[in-house]
Amino acid sequence: MSILHAEWTKFRSVRGWVLGLAAAAGLILLFGLAPGMSGSCGKHGPASACTPTIGPGGEQVKDRFTFVHQPLAGDGSVSVRVTSLTGSIFDGPGAERPGLAPWAKAGLMIKSGLTPGSAYASVLLTGSHGVRMQWDYTHDKAGPSGFGPQWLRLSRTGEIVTTASSTDGVTWTEIGATRLAGLPATTEVGLFVTAPEYTSEMHQGLLNGSQGGPTQATGAFEQLTTGDGWTGAAWHTDWIGGRPDWTELPDPQQQGAGFRVAGSGDVGPAGAGVSVTQTLVGTFTGLIAVVVLGAVAMSTEYRRGLIRTTFAAAPRRLRVLAAKAAVIGGATFGIGVVASAIVVVFGQRILRANGVALLQSSATTQVRIVAGTGALLAVSAVLALGLGALLKRSVTAVTVAIVVIVLPYLLAVIVLPVEAARRLLTFTPAAAFALQQAVKQYPQVDDVYAPSAGYFPLAPWAGLAVLIGWTVVILGAAALLLRRRDV
Amino acid sequence: MISVSGVRKRYGGAVALDGMTFDVRAGQVTGFVGPNGAGKSTTMRVILGLDAADSGEALVEGKRYRELTDPMRHLGSLLDAGALQPSRTARNHLLWLAHSQGLGARRVDEVLEQTGLGGVARRRAGGFSLGMRQRLGIAAALLGDPPALMLDEPFNGMDPEGIIWMRGFLRSLAGQGRAVLVSSHLMGELQGTADHVIVIGRGRVIADATVAELLRSASGGRITVRTQAPEAPEILAAAGAAVVPTGDGGLSIAGLPAEAIAGVLQRHHVAFSELAAHRATLEDAYLELTRDAVDYRAEDPR
Repeated sequence: MSILHAEWTKFRSVRGWVLGLAAAAGLILLFGLAPGMSGSCGKHGPASACTPTIGPGGEQVKDRFTFVHQPLAGDGSVSVRVTSLTGSIFDGPGAERPGLAPWAKAGLMIKSGLTPGSAYASVLLTGSHGVRMQWDYTHDKAGPSGFGPQWLRLSRTGEIVTTASSTDGVTWTEIGATRLAGLPATTEVGLFVTAPEYTSEMHQGLLNGSQGGPTQATGAFEQLTTGDGWTGAAWHTDWIGGRPDWTELPDPQQQGAGFRVAGSGDVGPAGAGVSVTQTLVGTFTGLIAVVVLGAVAMSTEYRRGLIRTTFAAAPRRLRVLAAKAAVIGGATFGIGVVASAIVVVFGQRILRANGVALLQSSATTQVRIVAGTGALLAVSAVLALGLGALLKRSVTAVTVAIVVIVLPYLLAVIVLPVEAARRLLTFTPAAAFALQQAVKQYPQVDDVYAPSAGYFPLAPWAGLAVLIGWTVVILGAAALLLRRRDV
Repeated sequence: MISVSGVRKRYGGAVALDGMTFDVRAGQVTGFVGPNGAGKSTTMRVILGLDAADSGEALVEGKRYRELTDPMRHLGSLLDAGALQPSRTARNHLLWLAHSQGLGARRVDEVLEQTGLGGVARRRAGGFSLGMRQRLGIAAALLGDPPALMLDEPFNGMDPEGIIWMRGFLRSLAGQGRAVLVSSHLMGELQGTADHVIVIGRGRVIADATVAELLRSASGGRITVRTQAPEAPEILAAAGAAVVPTGDGGLSIAGLPAEAIAGVLQRHHVAFSELAAHRATLEDAYLELTRDAVDYRAEDPR
């Protein structure tokens, strides 16, 4: 305990260190609260407000598609043959070209109502991901592989929805079943078509970005058949989520028991976008400050032989190292949490006031981001401390610490293409930036999930584990040397 | 209080300590003297557990330093007055040390007053002169009110006033019953301060004696007589003395006490102008002892 007290006194009595800590917090605040982004949400009257669509799980979703449907009372089933799925890509006004987004969708859907965000289950053919079963926006299950026209079938029994597909309409393969809790007695069932925006990476010199535009898809359906106690009525069309305004989508055309349906939009989780993570872009500057602090707090002991005074006062060297790590880690965690809490709360308000459509994130997620930012700073500072103990010289320790901890992050968000960036952020200490990811990434959404946009390859705690792993190894090596070395 | 026995330590191929053995007793100032590179600082680092001995052991109050709880309450030490964080104030430097021993700010203010640093306590230690840093180092060593103190070259960089203060201070610490080990490469600094002297060279003890014993051995009981009489050496030799002419009309005589010499010369009516016991300084004793133990001696120009 007395060693901890002594190390705390040591830390707080060097004005430069205290100022360094304040600077770290100040930099995070500066970046987080300076209006660096603006958008059009709510800027042109109440109609321009961006109200997020919330799915049954409370998460933000996309729900925009063309729905040819009729009510189904109680249990029943429906099947159809999808004969073709074609589409076009919009590159700019008057610049449309044929093409299909990989996650363009055409198939059967059962939905609890027509309100965007309501519960649903679907079986569908995609642009290039085969037959899938998808439900409630975030769930996706692959069906049998195969190309060409497909038969799709969707049945409801109570709250259970079962889907199947077939290549010939005779032999059916079940894809999956799911329970849609609270599914009303009467649901809307029918054909749906939609096509998401396409995105692709863009590189200009050393800088990275992404570009994209809307797409549309047209599905041709044949032999739409209802069965199992369900006697069909008239089909009618709704543009769930609003009819797209970027192009003239033709109305669905009925030909006997078949339809041609065009759609644009997406049914699924919200894709990549601006989130609360954006408010923490300044974290790396604070990280530089605390990493320098951590390295120097240890290496200055060696510079003038102060380490001998320290070890004469406290001969149990590993306790000294632990106390130092606790003081540096505790102090940086504290300022990290305070600074990021302020930025998360007020930075989001500022972005929204500037008209930016922020992806919604839950309170739990925001608490994890705040605590995680503190942990990222604290563990990094302790890692730098270990490097200071290992390398002894301030200049060397600071350089190595920045190269190992901060540089990979900067390379990943500024210079490297997304794939390389993501690889770099799986094994370097900067993997812990994953703690700041606000919105989950889904494989069934084709977006550029770039680290610069706040999407990291590892799960938050896995990222922290990578950083902790590095810290344990470096600190362990430092402890080993400290025990053995004469000072 | 401090007991060093058979300590050996080598750095790479160089032998730093070669069976260092001595004890430091309470209530006296023990000088720890030897030429540069003799192993003074290494011995102290081994005592503090900073450097590990290859063999042998150093104990403080019968325990290894590393095993002491709040070690500065048992042995206060000053190794290097420059070992400071320059931007920390003198008071804060002592404060963290005090906290490491479970002591409070009041004790810090006490030792600041004791070492005459009360007025500069809140100044950054980086701006201190070497003499002031030595005082700060002494203050740190005193924090735990330890029964034993160990100071490496505390006179370095001190002005004459500071040296006088330091001597008095060390004497008073010994007077309080503490064991005080003070190293120096200049024996003269210790004259009038040390009660006991340990002379080392090439990593081992050459002499371990009281100051009085050391002086006696250096002067060898010699007496100087000044006389013009050519027969004097013969007369004295016949009386049983060993006589060596000093070349300037003086004779250096050993083997006879001063009264006997005077009696013999008077009996033979030999006139003499001076009869004096040869007074050795601690410095003489030291030079004589370390003649063979100096690693880096300037070549004799002849």
